[in-house]
Amino acid sequence: MAKPEYETHEHDVIVIGAGGAGLCAAIAAAEAGVSVGLICKSLLGKAHTVMAEGGIAAAMGNVWPEDNWQVHFRDTMRGGKMLNNWRMAQLHAQEAPDRVLELERFGALFDRTKDGLISQRDFGGHRYARLAHVGDRTGLEMIRTLQYHAIHQGIDVYMECKVERLIKDGDRVTGAFGYWRNTGQFVLFKAKAVVLATGGIGKAWKITSNSWEYTGDGHSAALWAGADLIDMEFVQFHPTGMVWPPSVRGILVTESVRGDGGTLKNKDGERFMFNYIPEFFKGETADNIDEAERWYADKKNNRRTPDLLPRDEVARAINSEVKARRGSPHGGVFLDIFSRRSPDYIRKRLPSMYHQFKELANVDITKEPMEVGPTCHYVMGGVRVEADSTAATVQGLYAAGEVAGGMHGSNRLGGNSLSDLLVFGRRAGMHAALYAKNFGGQLVADSGQVESIARTMLEPFNRSGGENPYAIQADLQETMQTLVGIIRNEAELKEALKRIEVLKERAKKVRVEGGRVYNPGWHVALDLASLLTVAECSALAALERKESRGGHTRDDHPYADDEWGKLNVVLRMRDGRVWVSREPLPEMPPELKVLFQERK
Amino acid sequence: MQTFTMQVFRGQGRQGDFREYKVIADEGMVVLDVIHRIQATQAPDLACRWNCKAGKCGSCSAEVNGKPRLMCMTRMDTFPPGETISVAPIRTFPLIRDLVTDVSYNYVKAKQVPPLRLKPPDPDGKYRMMQEDVDRPQEFHKCIECFLCQDVCHVIRDHEELKPAFSGPRFFIKAAGLDMHPLDTQDRTEWIRSQGGIGLCNITKCCTEVCPEHIHITDNGIIPMKERMADNFDPVVWLLRKFRGGRKEPA
Ligand SMILES: Cc1cc2nc3c(=O)[nH]c(=O)nc-3n(C[C@H](O)[C@H](O)[C@H](O)COP(=O)(O)OP(=O)(O)OC[C@H]3O[C@@H](n4cnc5c(N)ncnc54)[C@H](O)[C@@H]3O)c2cc1C
Ligand code: SF4
Ligand code: SF4
Ligand code: FES
Repeated sequence: MAKPEYETHEHDVIVIGAGGAGLCAAIAAAEAGVSVGLICKSLLGKAHTVMAEGGIAAAMGNVWPEDNWQVHFRDTMRGGKMLNNWRMAQLHAQEAPDRVLELERFGALFDRTKDGLISQRDFGGHRYARLAHVGDRTGLEMIRTLQYHAIHQGIDVYMECKVERLIKDGDRVTGAFGYWRNTGQFVLFKAKAVVLATGGIGKAWKITSNSWEYTGDGHSAALWAGADLIDMEFVQFHPTGMVWPPSVRGILVTESVRGDGGTLKNKDGERFMFNYIPEFFKGETADNIDEAERWYADKKNNRRTPDLLPRDEVARAINSEVKARRGSPHGGVFLDIFSRRSPDYIRKRLPSMYHQFKELANVDITKEPMEVGPTCHYVMGGVRVEADSTAATVQGLYAAGEVAGGMHGSNRLGGNSLSDLLVFGRRAGMHAALYAKNFGGQLVADSGQVESIARTMLEPFNRSGGENPYAIQADLQETMQTLVGIIRNEAELKEALKRIEVLKERAKKVRVEGGRVYNPGWHVALDLASLLTVAECSALAALERKESRGGHTRDDHPYADDEWGKLNVVLRMRDGRVWVSREPLPEMPPELKVLFQERK
Repeated sequence: MQTFTMQVFRGQGRQGDFREYKVIADEGMVVLDVIHRIQATQAPDLACRWNCKAGKCGSCSAEVNGKPRLMCMTRMDTFPPGETISVAPIRTFPLIRDLVTDVSYNYVKAKQVPPLRLKPPDPDGKYRMMQEDVDRPQEFHKCIECFLCQDVCHVIRDHEELKPAFSGPRFFIKAAGLDMHPLDTQDRTEWIRSQGGIGLCNITKCCTEVCPEHIHITDNGIIPMKERMADNFDPVVWLLRKFRGGRKEPA
């Protein structure tokens, strides 16, 4: 075969991914004075971050002066069932308020308090109203603001360009290789440092709030390059996705609906969440309707409604109600905001939810309840990073945002992702720039490595007969949905792994029609490699962790286990295969431990 | 369940034609679902863009039965049974393949809009803005950059030669949003006139009609801007307005 052709670009730092994390990283690196390339699979401004609705969690204290970073830190750790990397959670809580203010200086227009400060709303698991927001389109405001700031910083943007693999020179990462979606032509990026900001893996499940982009490319690329992944068993199923009609199943219904007064009910009209308050959260959760109702107006003297328990708790509760046949007609439960709030209030606070239900489901949420059920939403697990610098365990590689692991432990609180992007996106950019500045020796990207990747990528065109890539993707989604879902057990996880092996074999025979120009069949075929890898990682880690915690529930090990509470499940690739190990969590220093003893 | 006859544009570069597909649509399906079904079962290489499937990202713009729309927000049950439905790429921008067009014009224009220039904070280091002052620019911040307004604007559509001197409705409201930003001190007069080219707009309101976010592009963005342009040639008026602080322009 002829030598595959490719173009080459060189930068000090490349950032793979242009969501909130990638944009922040690119901006910070450019600010540090290095040359930056920013690469994304979709057009600029279309990353997942654009879809985020509810808000950015930051203890600014604009609504509740009692709020501070310690409280936010404590909420985050408790929400993650103490499995979080404590240092990441600390940095996150400490720096989020400044980052939100920085976003405001870049031009973001948040909803205001009466005093003209940034308003903050209630969300699950947060002790105080803490989410800076713009109606229910906070992510749009965030990505647009960052995008328009970034384009004036001298950053080179490569849009609709997909990175397939990282390139290594010896032990260090020195670039990335991929293709332009528009033309199908190959492109090599040589870089002293690489920041991964590729987002999540939710496309491996059938019912999901995630888009085509979430095929775990960054997770896989890191693993293949020798970096560690942690916590891959923890997948967040958001309790409220749309369930009807079938074509919109999984589309997110923001937690703000509950934050702003919505309550969950079963088919008998019962507020069932009162039956599902776990021991761990009893101290801070109202156990009767009267107290919960009073809480909406008086948060000081009442405990919060169980409708706003952390997401893992609510998702499991809904799952149980549906299983017990107390669900709504289409297999969900009811979410009611119209009983409490006026149509005007709903349309002002939740305009896109109003729109979404009206247009897609013929439901007027100012007059009727919504039907909702769990949907795969977020992966807590990801690239293992050093908290302060976001450095991965391979030299020259950094990771921030959803692709990084550790920050959220076993379960992420709503609103903590957008703040995570701001805090660690910036840190990743700064530290990658610093590393690039101190880079010693020659920047080498071996052409042999590159050409062999390119050849593999073209193989699907050359096969005759063979598998349809869409069919393999659909079968994998079905497998993960039924066998690696909200409730897991050993037999099903083993079965899942077996099926994934079969799918991997089928993927080797995948065939695509047509040419290289904007060919989605080919794109899906190429994405299968990472999608299958992250699916396997998630199932392997889930099989390893023999307890239930946060976004990982085993009906054969239904309780949290203190010993497991001290361990991360680590995945790494050696000799072409994924190895699983258990490694101790970094230990929290005593001055932070105190925060968990003082009060319930 | 119902079978639909779809006429989908297939082609690359300068060539292409409609091709017919018969598709079974389930309850509640939108045009984008049908396109995906065609991809998965009949034409794996059918090119289209999408991300959110909920009208939030502005990726899936196309012309459905000749009307510029978001495919993910166009329900199949809005068409009479038996009708043949055509899906074509947005017309104004060069075709890449099938339903995907080259929208880079918009990214070039985006970069030309003079960015926010921040005024100093309050003495305590904080910025304060009142909700009533952010309400108006917030309307423009709802833009999902679907570029449907750009697609229907006849200045862009029919006048290749005017492209360098015209940025289109999307960027008029971008500039309007910045001008109305309570903390902004930038003078965009020159940009609006030269690169923006607002004089070329003759207020046909086609842009407003297609905006899926229902932004009042002409009434709240373009018209006030045209009026201000007239004033702004007087530098004294401009300076007064900019530094009066708080609410900058008359409603
Ligand atoms: C519907 C919805 C609502 C949400 N609401 C909230 C909320 O209210 N608050 C909150 O805190 N969180 C929320 N989240 C979660 C949050 O939005 C995401 O976790 C977060 O936006 C992820 O940001 P990111 O920067 O890590 O990745 P993304 O924004 O997803 O960006 C990933 C980027 O990587 C690029 N990319 C991926 N793979 C490749 C590749 N191989 N080559 C090149 N580029 C690649 C993509 O093109 C994209 O630009 C929500 C999520 C969803 C889906
Ligand atoms: S009103 Fe002006 S900007 Fe809008 S479509 Fe008409 S000419 Fe174009
Ligand atoms: S103004 Fe409206 S039509 Fe134009 S790009 Fe924005 S959302 Fe689309
Ligand atoms: S897919 Fe996002 S707007 Fe249609």
